[in-house]
Amino acid sequence: MAVYLVYALVPLAWLLISATKTQRALLGTPGLAFGDTFALFDNIAATFTHDGGIFLRWLGNTLLYVVVGAGGATALATAAGYGLAKYRFRGRRAVFAVLLGAVAVPGTALAVPTFLLFSELELTNTPWAVIIPSLVSPFGLYLIWTYAAEAVPDELVEAARIDGAGEVRIFFTVTLRLLVPGIVTVALFAVVSTWNNYFLPLIMLSEPDWYPLTVGLNQWSARAFGVGAQPIYHLVITGSVLTVVPLVAAFLLLQRFWQSGLAAGSVKR
Amino acid sequence: MTSVSAPTRAPRPAARRGRVDRRGWLFVAPFLVVFALVFLAPVAYAVWLSLFREQVFFGGTAFVGPANYVAVLRDAKFWESFLRMSLFLVVQVPVMLALALAAALAIDSARLHAAGFFRIVIFLPYAVPGVVAALMWGFLYGDDFGLAADLNGLLGREVVRPLSGDWVLASIGNVVTWEFVGYNMLILYSALKVVPADLYEAAAIDGAGAWRTIRSVKLPALRGALVVATIFSIIGSFQLFNEPNILRSLAPNAISTSYTPNMYAYNLSFGGQQYNYSATVAIVMGVITAVIAYVVQLRGTRKGA
Repeated sequence: MAVYLVYALVPLAWLLISATKTQRALLGTPGLAFGDTFALFDNIAATFTHDGGIFLRWLGNTLLYVVVGAGGATALATAAGYGLAKYRFRGRRAVFAVLLGAVAVPGTALAVPTFLLFSELELTNTPWAVIIPSLVSPFGLYLIWTYAAEAVPDELVEAARIDGAGEVRIFFTVTLRLLVPGIVTVALFAVVSTWNNYFLPLIMLSEPDWYPLTVGLNQWSARAFGVGAQPIYHLVITGSVLTVVPLVAAFLLLQRFWQSGLAAGSVKR
Repeated sequence: MTSVSAPTRAPRPAARRGRVDRRGWLFVAPFLVVFALVFLAPVAYAVWLSLFREQVFFGGTAFVGPANYVAVLRDAKFWESFLRMSLFLVVQVPVMLALALAAALAIDSARLHAAGFFRIVIFLPYAVPGVVAALMWGFLYGDDFGLAADLNGLLGREVVRPLSGDWVLASIGNVVTWEFVGYNMLILYSALKVVPADLYEAAAIDGAGAWRTIRSVKLPALRGALVVATIFSIIGSFQLFNEPNILRSLAPNAISTSYTPNMYAYNLSFGGQQYNYSATVAIVMGVITAVIAYVVQLRGTRKGA
């Protein structure tokens, strides 16, 4: 167990330590030792100002994709999961079968065809090309589905109906509150997958102005290694830290919620 | 998710069974509309594309029926990348799941102090974007400021060369393992959490020790979650793209443009403009993956059930 902790943590420690080093110290000192100057804040400043402040733009893009994409994915999954759990309607089984197929068929294998289709629709190289595909989360739908089956008592829904509330109103006033741990879990995992998304934006976007952090960082890195290299290792490393920190913070802050959401709604039979 | 049966288990009062409640569509429809746009339409479009071929001399495309499929099945580059990923899968996935299982069991057996701390630390790498993980490990592997170089310096000679042709597949496997052990651990751990306490009590009364409890109570309870984790891992392996593609800038000789099937499809499209052929590669890979995932699911749920 302890060995595994070291394995899990050492690369992260290396990343953090490296972010405090100057470019020269990076190359001149052993990986896990600090350099002689503490350059973290200089590095952060340099990261944000390099290339006309494009890093900030990438951060903004990532936030946009996360808020709209992950937010939308959570909303759609919540409504659909609840609908599937609490209403018997014709075609329910068919919906399940199609979703099952979608999970089994590799998502990223579809990325190239999705790009071709979106380019026919003239959506490529716009934020929509990144946002629309991230709106669908079969995993989230499944999680809410199992979660709602347990957390929303039929009697409560029935009672609200007798009181004369409409279906939509029941959903917003009664159901949503009961689903909160499930929703937080789904939202967090949707945030991670949009925040970390690389393949899709790489394919869809050709304009650096629309890049999310992941694609931008790799472009900086490729430039550091490629022909006519522009050695900005310290910016790649500091940028990486800045990309990781918000997610780690979110997981730590919300851990009680998402872990209970997972345990209650996941792989139980 | 695939192995779990539809949550229809909640017993319905007899009076309402059979009554069709169309209002459910109200909630499901928005999801399905977007789903159709980003899943069903691309699949259909890919199938359509795969039936045509770019005309080299005249421009435009011509209908060729199954010819692209025949070409993919005879494509040495495709099979090479497919076999490479099969090897990767056979080695990496069991290692990763074994580590995840060990971690989940260790944390669950309350003997471990600060279980919450362990859980979150092991999970942390999952919150690191794959791109950052690959960049980071790329640095660690490299000669300039890598731990690999430090290690070689310490040992006095070149012992580890993670980015050489012989090692690079294992190096990628290491990155993927590092990223996903925590995630799989969490799936397994949350399955363990819902094991009813009376099962443990019964085992204790029967005189079962810790190992015996793991074998007879915990592992059976984990089977469903293990199948799910395996299927996700298989799909992930066959789709591998980010890590090798990013490490390629460090090791362009060891990692070719057709290193994985997904990289091959990508480079066919964006390096060679061969959209039709690329769509065919994507479909063939999708079908193979789905079939393997399905077989795993069937075997996994049948065994001893």
